[in-house]
Amino acid sequence: MPGIIGRKIGMTSIYSAEGKAMPCTVIEAGPCVVTQVKTQDRDGYEAVQMGFGDRKEKNTPSAMKGHFKKAKTDPKSKLVEFKGFENLNLGDIVNVDIFEEGEYVGVVGTSKGKGFQGVVKRHGFAGVGQATHGQHNRLRAPGSIGAASYPARVFKGMRMAGQMGNERVKMENLQVLKVLADKNLIVVKGSVPGAKGSTVIIEK
Amino acid sequence: MDFIKELETELVEAQNLPDFKSGDTITVSYKIKEGTKERIQQFQGVVLQRKGSDATGTFTVRKMSGNVGVERIFPSASPSIDSITVNKRGVVRRARIFYFRERTGKSARIKERRIYN
Repeated sequence: MPGIIGRKIGMTSIYSAEGKAMPCTVIEAGPCVVTQVKTQDRDGYEAVQMGFGDRKEKNTPSAMKGHFKKAKTDPKSKLVEFKGFENLNLGDIVNVDIFEEGEYVGVVGTSKGKGFQGVVKRHGFAGVGQATHGQHNRLRAPGSIGAASYPARVFKGMRMAGQMGNERVKMENLQVLKVLADKNLIVVKGSVPGAKGSTVIIEK
Repeated sequence: MDFIKELETELVEAQNLPDFKSGDTITVSYKIKEGTKERIQQFQGVVLQRKGSDATGTFTVRKMSGNVGVERIFPSASPSIDSITVNKRGVVRRARIFYFRERTGKSARIKERRIYN
């Protein structure tokens, strides 16, 4: 899918024509530089690789320096491949104006990390719900995780405690409310995964 | 962060609301849609608090309707607010005067702030 790389700025609200307040997220998107064009002949599939965000020359490995030099651009901090773009050449610049107001996009980000969490927070288990009747340190316990001698094992994928957040999350069907091409800003309705300042990918 | 501020000032049209704070008595004229018709209704009361800023700011107005207290929260950037007039400036020591809810009768009075030129 064609898309663009951006940085989440934060949230605010906008009023619709009917006067309803809509929560929205502001994303600084692009300009992105095409750093590589992959073709069916050479790579086995069609795609373009785009770069976004500045990166210091001294922090760039020399192999990457050569990669960016080919595209005649400064080193970029984030590289993402997109399919579905047509007629893009090495070094081309993609701006936020590929999106129109009113259309629906998907936004990919890395969700905020919550650390190692129990089942109540991580999976929405109800917990025990009672403080008395013999409940000692069982308030937020998961309860039974399966039957006994048959199947004599715990099924794969059983919901248990563990790392929550800090994973790739995609929010689909977010409406584009505003595109401010001169400031490289895009405003989408609703929330977007990740913390402020984190990198996001906006897809058509 | 300045991007958000910039955007808020850009997207939220300048409402030109008068300056008011908690303890002031104001009249809010707001538009109501009834079917296809639009009319303006007024809500007069004491401002209990102002919250947030710019596009996301709200303010709470409390009035006594007979014996029943009625509170309404208005988003300050809402386009359905037609106009606001300040009827009285009050002297209060707090930004949020929730103690005012427990007051009735004589104690539910707020001293007026006199402005001398």
